[in-house]
Amino acid sequence: MKRIGIDVGGTNTDAVLIDGDTIVASIKVPTTQDVLSGVKAALSHVAGHVGAADRPIDAVMIGTTHFTNAVVERARLERVAAIRIALPTGSSLPPMCDWPKDLHEAVDPMIFMVHGGHEYDGSPLVPMIPDEIREAAMKIRDAGITSIAISALTTECEVRAAEIVRSVIPDARITLSHTLGRIGLLERENVALLNAALQTLGKTTVQAFSDALREAGVKAPFYLTQNDGTVALADIAASNPVHSFASGPTNSMRGAAFLTGLSDAMVVDVGGTTSDIGCLVGGFPREANNIVHIGGVRTLFRMPDLLPIALGGGTIVDRETGKIGPRSVGYRILTEALVFGGKTLTTSDIAVAAGLIEMGDRDRVKDLDPAFVQASLQRIRDMVADSFDQMKTSAEDVPLVAVGGGAFLIPETVPGASEVLRVENAGVANALGAAMAQVSGEVDQVFSGLSRDEALAKAETEAQNAAVASGAERGSLKTLEVEDIPIAYLPGGARRVRVRVIGDIAFH
Amino acid sequence: MIQEFSEDDIEPLATGAWILGTGGGGNPYISTLNLRRLYAEGRRVKVMDPMALADDDMVAVVSKMGAPLVGQERLGDPVHLARAVEVMEDYLGKPFRAIMSVEIGGSNALSSFLAAAVLDRPVVNADAMGRAYPEAQMTSFAIGNLPMFPLSLVDVRDNEVIVTRAASWKWMERISRKVCTEVGSTAATCKAPRTGKEVKEWGIHYTVTKATELGRAVIEARARHDDPVQAVLDHEGGKQLFRGKVVDVARETTGGFLRGSTTIEGIDADRGSRMELAFQNEWAVAFRDGQPVAMTPDLICLLDTVSGGAIGTESVRYGQRVTVVALPAPELLTTPAGIAAVGPRAFGYDIDFKSVFP
Repeated sequence: MKRIGIDVGGTNTDAVLIDGDTIVASIKVPTTQDVLSGVKAALSHVAGHVGAADRPIDAVMIGTTHFTNAVVERARLERVAAIRIALPTGSSLPPMCDWPKDLHEAVDPMIFMVHGGHEYDGSPLVPMIPDEIREAAMKIRDAGITSIAISALTTECEVRAAEIVRSVIPDARITLSHTLGRIGLLERENVALLNAALQTLGKTTVQAFSDALREAGVKAPFYLTQNDGTVALADIAASNPVHSFASGPTNSMRGAAFLTGLSDAMVVDVGGTTSDIGCLVGGFPREANNIVHIGGVRTLFRMPDLLPIALGGGTIVDRETGKIGPRSVGYRILTEALVFGGKTLTTSDIAVAAGLIEMGDRDRVKDLDPAFVQASLQRIRDMVADSFDQMKTSAEDVPLVAVGGGAFLIPETVPGASEVLRVENAGVANALGAAMAQVSGEVDQVFSGLSRDEALAKAETEAQNAAVASGAERGSLKTLEVEDIPIAYLPGGARRVRVRVIGDIAFH
Repeated sequence: MIQEFSEDDIEPLATGAWILGTGGGGNPYISTLNLRRLYAEGRRVKVMDPMALADDDMVAVVSKMGAPLVGQERLGDPVHLARAVEVMEDYLGKPFRAIMSVEIGGSNALSSFLAAAVLDRPVVNADAMGRAYPEAQMTSFAIGNLPMFPLSLVDVRDNEVIVTRAASWKWMERISRKVCTEVGSTAATCKAPRTGKEVKEWGIHYTVTKATELGRAVIEARARHDDPVQAVLDHEGGKQLFRGKVVDVARETTGGFLRGSTTIEGIDADRGSRMELAFQNEWAVAFRDGQPVAMTPDLICLLDTVSGGAIGTESVRYGQRVTVVALPAPELLTTPAGIAAVGPRAFGYDIDFKSVFP
């Protein structure tokens, strides 16, 4: 099967063409301001390697940091409306009450709280009043807003409310909180609202990629890479931009898995300012099951479990104390690091002085005290060892894969690691990670009034349906994770069940 | 003595209360948001020295009751806590001088503040546990054998219940828990009213200050890049029991409790050892390599090794780097009557209480 993987990073756009498990072509081009022309250039290059007589390309997978950047920069976001169906509860804490002020202003929401909702055991809290929703929808329509997030405790209320909203605003783009988030109304609602604010950007981005594919003569279906290391059909991914937030780190982890042939390993991705350590389980990044802040917004949804370390190639080393970081020269490393003619001592200078890597002008660090260099290296080793140990969940030694431009900072041996492997070409790793991706589906809900087995079975079926909707071949689905937690102080044997299934892409 | 509780005290109180919650009591995040919003509206709360209460002053003892998880979906609203107090005032036919929280551990530490901000009454610098416990008979007032009724309970739909009389603290717990479950496993309650004399005699005093200063010590240590766990130990005269990484979490619900255990594999000085923390909503007993080394009523706190923040029994997960610390229990809880109410046997562990703090 022929696939093209593209990773659009902040600095470079990488593309790779693979046939089965063989890399046919790869290229790295600078990411352009408009993103699109960079993608087009990369695409044309790799697509050119498919001869006219050959089988055409089966699929194109694109990973992009576009959506995360929009939230972080508070740019390219659209005005949204929030409808929360929970009154009489929650009125003291309206939607977006815990957002940073600047982001709140950028999204400039219209907020409605209406009656309705359910108890945890499924019984109605108070009846939902359709007229309240209709009234809200009319105000939203009159304000010219078409992107709406609906939140409630249960699926049922959200779905009914969406029907009412759509009857008033036929072209409404509606995000239902239960389709994205997990337990916790505020956190789930926050994810839905972020998603709503990115609807237009999602659509225009996918359209732009689609145009680039057409212009490069590629007719294959295309997918966007997701936070969990899988892909979703671009049209579906366009309505759920939040699922692409962490595609960069996940692609690099997946690529590391492919290049090393390991499916269970720890991966450290060393950038200029920070590194991320994650854990591959069965070839996929382990998921975070805790609060993740995005652009200052508290969320709880499908994100990889990553531990950031303030250690990168541009991290500043204090000449007096020998302290490493947390400040970094970042992308200015090529002018500010000693070996590149600058005046700031960085971790890269230490690595050059110690002979770990050759770059820049080695003479410029020859006067560094060797004892100081060794002490700094030891501190770096300790930082890596510490974080590695923290993310590691098995008592046995596991392999550690180092990727990214600053991978040379990772020591040859790390306590608790069976071996340290390096993947030098990080760009290709990311694009490869994108190209290799499968499709997943997930459910995280509270089930009550069911036996444990029934609840698990129900959750699994729903997760499978979600995967198929995202483009998975039903027959290939495998259950990757099952987790259930009984809930205190609740009747009816209520338990929270999380199931994640994964499968191959369905080609039609 | 009455002191202004400033907006800058809210975060420290929440941080300290979550640590004193010993794994239970619910994360104070939602309550913190509510209190901040009340302050943003211009409301302010004053904190009152318990010793400044007159013997015949009436004090309301408030708490949110129910499953913390439900509270994450049905977000608590301060007006219901205030309403529970008003219902009790109507029933008693006399006003409350001040309001206190039943427990300083977890989100209920802020419950008195939420009611007080709405009703414009002072908060008493005291609670009835000095930490968090799951049930009504585990309070200092129960240990003091004070009356356990009446109790008012309010839900979001306009249901108001008064339990006028109960045969014992355990019966009060059973009846009110039943009502709470019926209205959706979350409710605002005003427990048996206390006189100023009772609070002075049986309250756990100055715990609002204790929690706020503890939280502030942690937050300041973080800002200075000092060790926040050490800050907790220094501030409370605590003892570090274990440092390691969570390798297993087992949970089950029985009898309305979240029970289970967390296993931690040692690192640094504790490498080669394991600690098992048994919990029933709160951390109850700590076993080091099978031997009990700390137990309720001593406070067993599981802290994030890096941030010094508390980790709850509902949110602890694989891989977290944690430090287990013990903090001294309020004196009352370590008396024979205290041990009977909240010692290891009250939670079903057939162990004699032995304090970490001789």
